[in-house]
Amino acid sequence: MTDVLPFTDGELAAIRGDFPILTRTVRDGRPLVYLDSGATSHKPTPVLDAERAFYEQHNAAVHRGAHQLAEEATDDFEAARATVASFIGAPADEVVFTKNATEALNLVAYAFSNAAPTDDPKDERFVLGAGDEILVTEMEHHANLVPWQELARRTGATLRWVPVDADGALDLAGLDDLLTERTKVFAFTHVSNVLGTVNPVADLAARAHAVGALVVVDACQSVPHLAVDVATLGADFIAFSGHKMYGPMGVGVLWGRGELLEVMPPFLTGGSMIELVTMERSTYAPAPQKFEAGVPNAAQAVGLAAAVRWIEGLGIERVHAHEAALVDLLQRGLAERPWVRVVGPAVGTPRGGAVAFVVDGVHAHDVGQVLDDAGVAVRVGHHCAWPLHRALGATATTRASFAVHNTVAEVEALLAALDRVPVVFGLDTEREAS
Amino acid sequence: MDLYQELILEHSKRPHHAGLRAPFDAEVHHINPTCGDEVTLRVDVSGTGAEAVVTDVSYEAQGCSISVASASVLAEEVIGHRVDEALETFEAMRAMLTSRGQVAGDEAVIGDGVAFAGVSKYPARVKCALLGWTAFTDALARAGVDITSTSSASPQGVSS
Repeated sequence: MTDVLPFTDGELAAIRGDFPILTRTVRDGRPLVYLDSGATSHKPTPVLDAERAFYEQHNAAVHRGAHQLAEEATDDFEAARATVASFIGAPADEVVFTKNATEALNLVAYAFSNAAPTDDPKDERFVLGAGDEILVTEMEHHANLVPWQELARRTGATLRWVPVDADGALDLAGLDDLLTERTKVFAFTHVSNVLGTVNPVADLAARAHAVGALVVVDACQSVPHLAVDVATLGADFIAFSGHKMYGPMGVGVLWGRGELLEVMPPFLTGGSMIELVTMERSTYAPAPQKFEAGVPNAAQAVGLAAAVRWIEGLGIERVHAHEAALVDLLQRGLAERPWVRVVGPAVGTPRGGAVAFVVDGVHAHDVGQVLDDAGVAVRVGHHCAWPLHRALGATATTRASFAVHNTVAEVEALLAALDRVPVVFGLDTEREAS
Repeated sequence: MDLYQELILEHSKRPHHAGLRAPFDAEVHHINPTCGDEVTLRVDVSGTGAEAVVTDVSYEAQGCSISVASASVLAEEVIGHRVDEALETFEAMRAMLTSRGQVAGDEAVIGDGVAFAGVSKYPARVKCALLGWTAFTDALARAGVDITSTSSASPQGVSS
């Protein structure tokens, strides 16, 4: 079975050896089978070492002070920016470090509402008001939905959304009615964190640009798992989190086209992001500094850069091929169990690293508990995509999500643990066809 | 796994006193925002002060086995009891559920509620087991019952 994977057993052992946490046990000595990397990934030793080395050797507030440590810390931070930017095919000054992807998306949403028409002349593309529309989709994570709801509430703009079809793809039949001259921004996910659906970013972006809308893409579930090149992606902004791509918690990334970052009003204001301050008013530094108020998360940025180098050492294409093979294996295993219903694209359709499913008659919390008892860590609930779950007709789903350290044996462990669910809850698996 | 006692599975498959009934004095809708579990719960109270009695608890619960079974046991344990006794049962359930496995629970006070003792070892599931109970105390308060006079605590959880 292992020959379906692009990594040899030896390579995979070495990859796993980079993750100290994989050696621990859970629930009375069971090996940890971690299938929740879509929520947060574990951190390989080089990332932990990089963060520690920053604090041990260079720690200083970046972009301040003229002492040697301040210079070194600033160099480390800016080198981290260049590393992350290069990973997504962007110039370094188009990458903004944020607290997380949620903050990155809020940064863009607030740029729109901060471009009040009564203020200095601002770029019309960021000025929203009654009659304007914000378009999102029904499959969004709350992080790419709630900030737009709030933006609509603050500005009087109208929020609209693209529905999801029965196969877990965007239903684009009505897109021409939804995406119009009134649309100022179209925000959607690259890869669904629940369904695994890969959205056609370039097509959608082209249609949005044709009506003059800006395109914001949630790339949290794509950047860690497949090659993303912003030069060809088509988006105007992408947001992703460090902690889902083997990096530390507390660092996220916003990438934006340079000319847009230049004209966008700031989100958070304060130290570091200014050009000139008087008692009456201030002017702002160029991007990306304009969007990084206060002492930034330099150690976490440095850790994220180490994560990027670690992924690059493996090759993102091989990482993707490895995870795709495991996803396929799991989907096939689940298809052999008629009492399980997988949500999202069918076997063989390109997919992200997440597989969510429903066991008919058993709540996801109960499924997750039985899996946890076997040491298998999955996510249960609505995965911060409550409207999507309503559309799917499911209160909650169980989601397995993969990382490059996962193995065929772990997929088998998940399936074996899952087979205990009908036993514990007394399901008639012969009768329970979905 | 000591979480899924037979009693819990029985109650979750065939919840007692389920369904929404009239008459009622108050109706509440509580949600567990982490998993989307929901309960709509009605209480009917007769009498006042120390003589107040819970004449009915009716509910619609959508959720995991723990939350549905907990609502079922709740109805079983409080219907026909004085309000102060019902609140005493709630306090005993909460003490057990939040004890991280340290409090076994007294069957004389909480009846079938003792089956939930294992839940307290799983902090993520305590909310599931308390969902119906916090809805119940909220409903009593909305029905005009002074729930603080007999209980030291106010209800936790998310109100709609």
